[in-house]
Amino acid sequence: MSDLLQKDASKEPVSKEVTTENTRVLLELDDISMFFGGVQAVRDMSFTIREGELAGIIGPNGAGKTTIFNMISSVYNPSSGSIWFREQDITLLRAYQVNRLGIARTFQNLRLFGRLSALDNVMTATQNRYRYSFRENLRGHLSPCYRPDPKFHYSFLESLLHLGRWSKTEQQIRTLSMELLDRVGLASRAHQPAGTLPYGMQRRLEIARALALDPKLLLLDEPAAGMNPEEVFALNDLITGIHCEFKLTTLVIEHHMDVIMEICPHIVCMNFGAKIAEGSPEEIQNDSEVLSAYLGDEEAIG
Amino acid sequence: MMKKSLLGNAAFAVVGLTLALWPLSGYEEGIVVLLCINCIAAMGVSLLTGFTGIFTLGHAAYMALGAYTAAIMTVRYGVHYLPAIVAGGIIAVLVAWLIGVPTLRLTGDYYAIASIGLGEAIRLILENWQSFTRGARGFPGIDSYTTRWTAVLFFTVLGAGMFNLIGSRLGRELKASRDDRIAASLMGFNTTASRMKALLISAFYCGISGALLGGYMNFIQPSMFDMMKSTELTAVVVFGGLGSMSGTLIGSAIITSVMEYFRDISQYRMLIYGALLVSIMVLRPEGVLGNREIWSFLPRFGRRD
Repeated sequence: MSDLLQKDASKEPVSKEVTTENTRVLLELDDISMFFGGVQAVRDMSFTIREGELAGIIGPNGAGKTTIFNMISSVYNPSSGSIWFREQDITLLRAYQVNRLGIARTFQNLRLFGRLSALDNVMTATQNRYRYSFRENLRGHLSPCYRPDPKFHYSFLESLLHLGRWSKTEQQIRTLSMELLDRVGLASRAHQPAGTLPYGMQRRLEIARALALDPKLLLLDEPAAGMNPEEVFALNDLITGIHCEFKLTTLVIEHHMDVIMEICPHIVCMNFGAKIAEGSPEEIQNDSEVLSAYLGDEEAIG
Repeated sequence: MMKKSLLGNAAFAVVGLTLALWPLSGYEEGIVVLLCINCIAAMGVSLLTGFTGIFTLGHAAYMALGAYTAAIMTVRYGVHYLPAIVAGGIIAVLVAWLIGVPTLRLTGDYYAIASIGLGEAIRLILENWQSFTRGARGFPGIDSYTTRWTAVLFFTVLGAGMFNLIGSRLGRELKASRDDRIAASLMGFNTTASRMKALLISAFYCGISGALLGGYMNFIQPSMFDMMKSTELTAVVVFGGLGSMSGTLIGSAIITSVMEYFRDISQYRMLIYGALLVSIMVLRPEGVLGNREIWSFLPRFGRRD
């Protein structure tokens, strides 16, 4: 792990100091369910995430955690229920629209642009920053309205001729992307194709790419999967560091209890597609249902 | 010092002036014209196949549309050839848009199959619309408007434009949706729209190329734009390297000149064409340049920051 990440080890995990009780609700899941054919992957799930929170979802394998993320980011639309982001119904929006509203995510099974360099991966996201607002449409509903951030945007004609804002904007996109790569400790690998990077670096590159979108809500899908304890330690620092530095509401999925327990003050625990507990790490650790989900029931054994 | 952003434009201006002014015999001039025509079409297909990952086996149809549009406009309506060539490209774009709306939902092999069908359908319409296109007898009497200057002019402008595009936000957008469509849509790209942009631009290039071909041959007929021509376009792109625009130009240049060199042995040169493709598949399966551009092999330009 690079020095950059080590530096953050000295920082206090700020998330524990910030009280989020009084801030606005950023994301609200309202009774959502998801069926795949006859299989019910998620059942009547509800929870809210407040602005500035660092929250976690835990649960055994197959509990439906990633399905929740896929519904929030509109890879799937839920079979029933609704999802609200900044008091706006985003249930049926398409993935790119949800993204432009400020939700960025990483993937459990890494989805980098494998043939592009690490830098190009981040630049692809940086160039796509949107500013957004909600505007009342004809039927009186609020609908999302986004326009490209002019600082990172230029027209088709300028692309075609490489004139006008092209070189200045490209330079800005490149500089910012390099800074983000540097932040996750990948500056020295900037020109290597993303697909050839070691596994842990690919995970951090995904985080940098998501951050490049300047999101309001960051979804991290099993960021510690396949990492050794030392890497997991550095990753925890990276996540808490990013959370405090960018003042970014973050939702993390993990099935490693220790990661979540250490960094998240707000935890939702799932099993078989349903929420079985929600609360602080202490509450979760002492919850009988959580213990039975992870360790098994006495009855079931006997 | 010249601005770095205009390096590509300057390079194309130099190549264009060289192609236009270098003293050549009449026969060699013909090869240069053909080279320019083939390169324009290949660049279009390369954007779609190499950069966006959409395999097409029907792009000769867009060449046919360009060729017939320009031919009919110049011969029947006496339009000047420059606007007629551009109109050829625009008609190809319009038809591509109509085709793209329903078919771009298909991915991978499915789009390739659909493109064969649509390409053949367009060819058959041109063949059977006797009153307008003279059908299978072909369309004779086109002015030889594709002089060396015209061909080189179009090649230079379109070539510089293409290299500029792939070095811009659109290039990254297309490559992102090629490498991982779901991730691209979660980076805020409307991937269906990205694919449509690539299809429209590639149709424009093929339309222009077809219009120039008509002016070079003075005669066009639908069978010139059959599936053989389409596969040849895709083969050139694969030969040069998927995802490398300079590779496409090199591939196109190699194949065009080899085919010209063996013109004496007429149909047997297809054997050489086949041998060339097989040898590249064996020796360099990723194509001549792989997915890198030629300047990334130069030490100085390899790192661009």
